[in-house]
Amino acid sequence: MLKVEANWIDLRYLDALSTQSTFIHHLNPCAKLITTLSFIIAVTSFSKYEITGLFPFFLFPVILFSLGNLPTAPILKRLLVVAPFILFIGIFNPLFDHTPIMKIGSVVITGGWVSFFSITIRLCLTITTALILVATTGIDAIGAALLKIGVPRIIVIQLLFMYRYLHVLVEEFIRTITAYSLRSFHGEGVQFRAWGSLLGQLLIRSIDRANRIYQSMLCRGFDGEVRLRRTSTLTSTDIGYLACWLIFFLLIRFFNVPELLGKLLVGVN
Amino acid sequence: MHMADALISPAVGGAMWAASAGIAAYAAKKVQTNLDDRKIPLMGVLGAFVFAAQMINFTIPGTGSSGHLGGGLLLAILLGPQAAFLTIASILTIQSLFFADGGILALGCNIFNMGFLTCFVAYPFIYKPLTGTNPSQGRLFLGSVLAAVIGLQLGAFGVVLETLFSGISELPFATFVLLMQPIHLAIGLVEGLVIAAVVLFIKKEAPEILQKTAAGQPFGTISIKRVVLTLFIAALVIGGALSWFASSDPDGLEWSIASVTGEDELKAPEGIHGFFAEIQAKTAFLPDYNFSKPEEPAATASTDQEKAAWPSVDTGTSFAGIAGSLLTLALAFSIGKGLRHLTSRG
Repeated sequence: MLKVEANWIDLRYLDALSTQSTFIHHLNPCAKLITTLSFIIAVTSFSKYEITGLFPFFLFPVILFSLGNLPTAPILKRLLVVAPFILFIGIFNPLFDHTPIMKIGSVVITGGWVSFFSITIRLCLTITTALILVATTGIDAIGAALLKIGVPRIIVIQLLFMYRYLHVLVEEFIRTITAYSLRSFHGEGVQFRAWGSLLGQLLIRSIDRANRIYQSMLCRGFDGEVRLRRTSTLTSTDIGYLACWLIFFLLIRFFNVPELLGKLLVGVN
Repeated sequence: MHMADALISPAVGGAMWAASAGIAAYAAKKVQTNLDDRKIPLMGVLGAFVFAAQMINFTIPGTGSSGHLGGGLLLAILLGPQAAFLTIASILTIQSLFFADGGILALGCNIFNMGFLTCFVAYPFIYKPLTGTNPSQGRLFLGSVLAAVIGLQLGAFGVVLETLFSGISELPFATFVLLMQPIHLAIGLVEGLVIAAVVLFIKKEAPEILQKTAAGQPFGTISIKRVVLTLFIAALVIGGALSWFASSDPDGLEWSIASVTGEDELKAPEGIHGFFAEIQAKTAFLPDYNFSKPEEPAATASTDQEKAAWPSVDTGTSFAGIAGSLLTLALAFSIGKGLRHLTSRG
């Protein structure tokens, strides 16, 4: 059951990263959320044959990695874990699209390969920024930001509650699975006969736990209203941060910087 | 099953966001109006339960492979569809944020495929009619398996359609369907069996849990009219957004039109289309690539005509593009390194 533990450690790790104290971590979560969303929309809005125009977007994750003091290895590892499925869908492009698009020397490159490469770049960009958002913001602040942009309370409460108990339950599940695999001779995985009882027991225990939580909430004066702490205010730094990135995204979305740079370098003009 | 940002277009992602947000707002309102305080921690804990349970491998008898628990249906059985929908939505949000499993722009698609289709279609139209209020073991089994299979088939079909409309992947419709549906038939069968096993166990050990939801307390009821209405609105939103996408964005559809008809370019667009076409021309990797050769207009005209059939783009500009890209990347990374150096000193 290494997979469970590995996933859980990743979760814990991102959580730990989000408690750092850097310029990026101190920014208003709303500003970070909106920046990330605009980034993703800008990246995905390119035509499917776009390659060069996507490169300037790497500046965003790179700067956040630096200013947010984030380690690159664990985030890139996560990228590698997720990539295969998407690349599996993408690899069909070269098979179906044979339109010649450009020539490097005597090698003709087909549209399929160009779009496949484009998908790979999009993949790297979108996944790293999503992970960066959470590694620099943390779930509580994201919850507050969601509330501020108008997501219904019950959804935010549900999100935060779930996140809180995820840690507790995953630990319990790991113990249960370890106990199961120590007493069985089947190696990885839970056998068919134990499907219902193992998961069912865990479910009943979880529901009991939910009841205990509810009772202890009542003991502490819970009246049906969950009050979330909201401390963040939008400062001029946040607005500046947001505005700078938005302008930058617009610029590199509509002007192909690498192409211009390349022309400057090679002197095609 | 989780769709990623790399394979969808903003139009499709945005439309599905709108659809999912609409359903979520409806579900949230419904849950909040008949909320029993007790359900707040229950939803949270069950969400965490499904999340954690999805990490457990269930060995499939007779094969070497393993399957996982399908969350949506089990939650709908335990909590009722509205609360289950919100719980699934939050699970998918956490998955997309912390595990990069499914993108942020694609979150709307994922919530629709895995939340709406199981909680508001498979559960009320397949599981509930089959099981009724006091079901036998056989009916519970049949209901769980069928609902899981059909829910997942619908979800897989949703993935196919959304990917197709995005136009990033080149997979033809038929191939993609043949690729997705059979795989998800197998996965759905296993998910259904796991759910059936759990539901049967709960029925034996703690039947009161199932009885409560089956009897509609406190979230069992679902109005079909609302579901149909929501579906209708979702269809309108999606349809509207897609038609906008189809007309303004020449990449996906028009590209295939061009390759089918053999025509080089569609006729000059006007108005808002013209504006978009202009932006497109400015940003596109290929078409009017070497626009800046004022000293030899005749040559430009002839290259334009040659380019009509897409065969070649000036090698010089391709090279410029590559060189410029490398330079951009190098610049980006050195800026990053420099910043890190500065911050570590400061």
